[in-house]
Amino acid sequence: MTPLTLHEKLWRRHVVHQFGDGTALLYIDRHLVYEVTSPQAFEGLRSSERKVWRAETVLATADHNVPTVASRKRIADPLSRAQVERLTRNCQEFGVTEFGLNDRRQGIIHVVGPEQGATLPGMTVVAGDSHTSTHGAFAALAFGVGTSEVEHVLATQCLPRKPMRSMLVKVGGQLSKGVTAKDLILHIIHRLGTGGGAGFAIEFAGSAVRALSMEGRMTLCNMAMEAGACVGLIAVDDTTIDYIKDRPFAPKGALWDAAVSYWRSLVSDEGAHFDKTLLFDAAKVQPMVTWGTSPDMAVPIAASVPDPAEESDAAKCRAMEAALRYMGLTPLTPIAAIRLDKVFIGSCTNARIEDLRDAADELRGKRIAPTIRQALVVPGSGLVKAQAQQEGLDEVFKSAGFEWREPGCSMCLGMNEDRLNPGERCASTSNRNFEGRQGRGGRSHLVSPRMAAAAAVAGRFVDVTSGGN
Amino acid sequence: MEPFVSLDGLVVPIDRPNIDTDAIIPKQFLKSIQRTGFGQNLFDEWRYLDNGEPGQSHANRPRNPDFPLNQARYLGASILLARENFGCGSSREHAVWALRDWGIRALIAPSYADIFFGNCFKNGMLPIRLDAEVVDALFDKVQSHVGYRLRIDLPNQTVLKPDGACLEFDVDGTRKQRLLEGLDDIAVTLQFSECIREYESRRRSLEPWLFASNSRA
Repeated sequence: MTPLTLHEKLWRRHVVHQFGDGTALLYIDRHLVYEVTSPQAFEGLRSSERKVWRAETVLATADHNVPTVASRKRIADPLSRAQVERLTRNCQEFGVTEFGLNDRRQGIIHVVGPEQGATLPGMTVVAGDSHTSTHGAFAALAFGVGTSEVEHVLATQCLPRKPMRSMLVKVGGQLSKGVTAKDLILHIIHRLGTGGGAGFAIEFAGSAVRALSMEGRMTLCNMAMEAGACVGLIAVDDTTIDYIKDRPFAPKGALWDAAVSYWRSLVSDEGAHFDKTLLFDAAKVQPMVTWGTSPDMAVPIAASVPDPAEESDAAKCRAMEAALRYMGLTPLTPIAAIRLDKVFIGSCTNARIEDLRDAADELRGKRIAPTIRQALVVPGSGLVKAQAQQEGLDEVFKSAGFEWREPGCSMCLGMNEDRLNPGERCASTSNRNFEGRQGRGGRSHLVSPRMAAAAAVAGRFVDVTSGGN
Repeated sequence: MEPFVSLDGLVVPIDRPNIDTDAIIPKQFLKSIQRTGFGQNLFDEWRYLDNGEPGQSHANRPRNPDFPLNQARYLGASILLARENFGCGSSREHAVWALRDWGIRALIAPSYADIFFGNCFKNGMLPIRLDAEVVDALFDKVQSHVGYRLRIDLPNQTVLKPDGACLEFDVDGTRKQRLLEGLDDIAVTLQFSECIREYESRRRSLEPWLFASNSRA
């Protein structure tokens, strides 16, 4: 038997039909739907008089457009309100389960799916959002698609796909105290570059990856997309099984035992071939901060803003100069000297309970700096919010001067009212720092939750791993 | 979907690498529940000098004279020339809709982000990959020759330059066929309905928990 990678095993299990040129019709087990990329898809079903193939595989919730303030049950912006109401109408008409704004399970789809046990190992998972790669943490073949393919999956439960190549990213050793999955993935993206993973499914392996919790693994796979890889994968182990057990959508009883038995086979075989392998030493990873306008423009906290003059490639040099101009930064400025206007803790990358615990840990007994205009914490779902409140984390955030918000994508992409004004500089636990991402003219610096919290207190970036700040 | 067979078009260059889909169509315009109307907000933040919001009349908005889409010489362009990793970032298909709506029917770049690349084929848009050096040379020509046009021939997979030189490009067979015929992808997949049901039967016996009723509140 040829040794197979996890990627190959998942691919082969899902081929409904093989076309001559390598394209396969792949079966989709789980489809997560939200309000922005689905209206035209449901409209397409209506106009072609098609039904949803298997409505029970679809789970919907509104996240991108929703306000995060308590009064959000009545959304002020008429277009946002129309889009959110349209999702509810579509779900009712087509028999799809939706967690509405009144439902405490509502939240960011990539937080909700896993916490509900709706994301399971061995599944193919699709959503009209690029950070669908998150679910690969469960050894699920998970990727983002556009609206036409959302409609395609709704109508047929399948998608024609070309196979990707397999990349192994192996991280040996252990992450140092205070260094997190977020820092690790920023470190990896810096080496790969924003397009380095294009065409690949990346499997993350090695002792440092094994040591991550499921939430840490989700952070890693979430940002595989920022290296250009639509798919991130992590093999099943006890951590995976323990996380899923007893969750609402997870199998129970005899079905649970059968499932676990199969799930344990979802690992790459010894000797399986990868098209590309990258090795990393976790001990070398430090807390990272992006300085530029793409996620690969990042350096460790102890470093400085790079100097384009030292870049020999002319195109890269121009790109760096453009980024520095947009970000209002001077070459060789120490990262620790960069002062901030806003802090955002949230997003599908880092809005789960462990992220909130990490951030709260930095804030106990402290206040945010008076120069910080706004600091937001946006839990990833109603359940994360409830658990955080049970642990008293909301009081820690509020006492420190953070606003404690309702679940949603919030300031990650500035599509709702949470956004940066032109020129404002933000420490953000989200996943993209492109020009205008968090608001036109906004300047985004991507960091871990702990780094964002510490920056809120100091008013500037500080090294959370050093003894005193 | 409108078929794509050949195109004789004016070329408009946008000379920046890593253009993300939020630059192509900013987030505030994703609140639309239609598939059309995005053309006037294509590259909104680079094209206009003010803040764009949905529903604005775009006739009176101040334009950025330095942005190619606003320059008379590129009016009516149907081929966009770009640099590497075009269409990175968010999966929003609206980026392709905005390009199509403005009038772009084909793209030429050294590389594209995967999701954006796939979205093009869903909308009768042909994304052509050419080597970076070739793209570089095209940028020079397009920028120095007003009215520079290219002729794209999909069946033969060629791009014909004004000087008569022919550039060849690769394209995946299935995607090429669907573009040439303007096929409804969903109708094609539904032809395999029997196959899909047989697969579900087999899979149900292997992983029965995926077909059991979910617990719902």
